[in-house]
Amino acid sequence: MSALIEFRDVGKSFGPVEVLHNIDLTIDQGEVVVLVGPSGSGKSTLLRCINGLEMVTSGELVVDGIHLPRQKRRIREVRQEVGMVFQLFHLFPHMSALDNVAFGPRKVRGMSREEAHDVAKDLLKKVGLDDRSHHYPAELSGGQQQRVAIARALAINPKIMLFDEPTSALDPELREEVLNVMIAVAEQGITMVVVTHEMSFASKAGSRLLFMDGGRIAEDGDPQTLLRNPSSERLQNFLQHVGY
Amino acid sequence: MGFEFKYVVESIPALLQGAKLTWYITIIGIVGGLALGTLAGLMRLAGTSAVGGASYGHFRWLAITSQKVAIGYIELIRGTPIIVQAMFIYFALPMLIEVTTGYKGIRFDALTAAIITIIINAGAYMAEIVRGAVQSVNKGLVEAGMAMGISRLQLITSVIGPIAFKRAIPPLGNQFIISLKDTSLFIVIGVGELTRQGQEIMASNFRALEIWSAVAVCYLIMTTALALILKFMERRIKII
Ligand SMILES: Nc1ncnc2c1ncn2[C@@H]1O[C@H](COP(=O)(O)OP(=O)(O)O)[C@@H](O)[C@H]1O
Ligand SMILES: [Mg+2]
Repeated sequence: MSALIEFRDVGKSFGPVEVLHNIDLTIDQGEVVVLVGPSGSGKSTLLRCINGLEMVTSGELVVDGIHLPRQKRRIREVRQEVGMVFQLFHLFPHMSALDNVAFGPRKVRGMSREEAHDVAKDLLKKVGLDDRSHHYPAELSGGQQQRVAIARALAINPKIMLFDEPTSALDPELREEVLNVMIAVAEQGITMVVVTHEMSFASKAGSRLLFMDGGRIAEDGDPQTLLRNPSSERLQNFLQHVGY
Repeated sequence: MGFEFKYVVESIPALLQGAKLTWYITIIGIVGGLALGTLAGLMRLAGTSAVGGASYGHFRWLAITSQKVAIGYIELIRGTPIIVQAMFIYFALPMLIEVTTGYKGIRFDALTAAIITIIINAGAYMAEIVRGAVQSVNKGLVEAGMAMGISRLQLITSVIGPIAFKRAIPPLGNQFIISLKDTSLFIVIGVGELTRQGQEIMASNFRALEIWSAVAVCYLIMTTALALILKFMERRIKII
């Protein structure tokens, strides 16, 4: 096991407001880390620091050997090894599902159109959407869009996958199809950091559960154990709140 | 003395000559203006989150300078009348070049001055249109592109550009029509465009009603043609 992501006393401020405090966290290759916590506790910010959508403001964050913020000019190299899935999908509206998925391979990996389309077709098949490859995002349901978005992120063959509340914008009956795809991705052994309120995903696919509270990591442990007997009152309250 | 159609018919060849020149100035002017406006609009946004976030190192300095140059250009053009801009380019610019560089003999003909004026004038307004359209692109889409580790240029050409362009078409169309009508001002530097042709015919036969009606119809036909071209373009670009 080797560390792929290492937060060393990391802080993140927006102007005068510090929203992440003294984060120390090491994530090894192959871990499936589930990040939970109340709204505003800093989950998205922590996730976005990993691929430099937010730049850490104190301490040091090492992702795949690149030290942030010292080597922030190399942020593109980090991003080329990290796939991200957003709450609101953010598929490119002017491209078909196939072209959305082929985008990364073509632009980042320099594949030809044909090669990239082969990769994309393969991935669309894996997320169960090979029959929708020529549809535009607006012609797909939320669950289908999110599965395309997962395929798009996987298409560059990243070392790390980040998910920021990937099912929160979906109707309950559409969540399952997305969660199943995520579980399949986790089973492939790719390192994942997942912000979600789906405790079923945490207990089924998670190898580690982090509970964030007020910009700090308040709990860190095995999902099954933490969910069965949450040690702190804050975590108990939170789990009750999300209906677990 | 009613409306006598024969004066309209008589004026057609000369008016067509003028309309051709108007169309010529307009097309070169708006194509050039679009290129200049896109450049200035993007410079105006350099280093902002709309085009992929902050730049680091030397690029930060470059981004700030680009922004300032673009703002200066846009404000200068928006703050002065186009007729003054035309006069300046036609009469004053050659003098300015002579005084500052000592180089004599740069003098644009009236047509060149007219085209340059439209390019520079339309470019400033189009820069603001481009800026607005780029800023209107969903920030999440920009981030989705950035998160893949593509370059800023790829981000602009593959993600932001196509989406922003579709949004920009209606206001750009507006500007195209304004620029077409602005060419009538070049009567002051003696370009034989449509309005000037009308004026000259009018001066020889004094048939104001017939001639200015015919001139107006010619402009209407050209603005309608521009609007149709834009409609067509808008429909061709497929963003659902
Ligand atoms: N771009 C930003 N500018 C200012 N404050 C921000 C920004 N992004 C997030 N925050 C603040 O940081 C805190 C943590 O936000 P976030 O990481 O989105 O929390 P979570 O994802 O856990 O709901 C919140 O108080 C939020 O208002
Ligand atoms: Mg969040």
